[in-house]
Amino acid sequence: MGNENTVIVRFFARLREELETDSLTLPARSDTTAGQVLSDLAAKGGPWAQLDEGQPVMIAVNQVMARPETRLKAGDEVAFFPPVTGG
Amino acid sequence: MDYSVSVQQEDFDVSTEYQALRGSDAGTGAIATFTGLVRDSGDLQGVTGLFLEHYPGMTERVIEDLIEQAAERWDVRKARVVHRVGQLALCDQIVFVGVCSAHRADAFAACAFIMDALKTSAPFWKKEITESGEHWVEQKDADLARSQSWEL
Repeated sequence: MGNENTVIVRFFARLREELETDSLTLPARSDTTAGQVLSDLAAKGGPWAQLDEGQPVMIAVNQVMARPETRLKAGDEVAFFPPVTGG
Repeated sequence: MDYSVSVQQEDFDVSTEYQALRGSDAGTGAIATFTGLVRDSGDLQGVTGLFLEHYPGMTERVIEDLIEQAAERWDVRKARVVHRVGQLALCDQIVFVGVCSAHRADAFAACAFIMDALKTSAPFWKKEITESGEHWVEQKDADLARSQSWEL
């Protein structure tokens, strides 16, 4: 979990490998959503652009499945990952 | 309802899981179990092994929720789920789902529901390893359809 001023962002599987990042910490902003964080990260370009290019990206907030419009608050953990393939 | 969920690197023993399900509950009249194994073909041919990644914490919570959902729909007296992660070889066991019910129809249905829903909602990802490289497995429309077919 992030602290009172930050949001933790986590990546898994193919996204984790292609972004060469398993987690990062962002300053918490008031009035932001999981989808906004995704768009902001995609704007970094390079491999990050794939976050906004129509490939399905699943979202979890505080380890519960969420949607792009799910609101984030300080201390939240948001995760982005490809469709799951267990079993 | 008594249940257990384990996500682990180590192998599991089906007879131990079965005996844990069997217990001494005289109300249980049926046990249905499913075991999934590493196969040599998936998205690719010539698969030599799998790597399984998961989201610790969330995975267990999602599976526990699926068991709770199953218990709301069917008679589930006990359930056990074991899912392995890490490096797996051909023919290795990947996943075990076992359900105790009073009657077989509930045991079969709850076991199939948990397995189908796990495949499309629990945060696990499989990577196929072959002689010529590695490939993250794509989610299958057929798996999504099976999972959706359980929706009320």
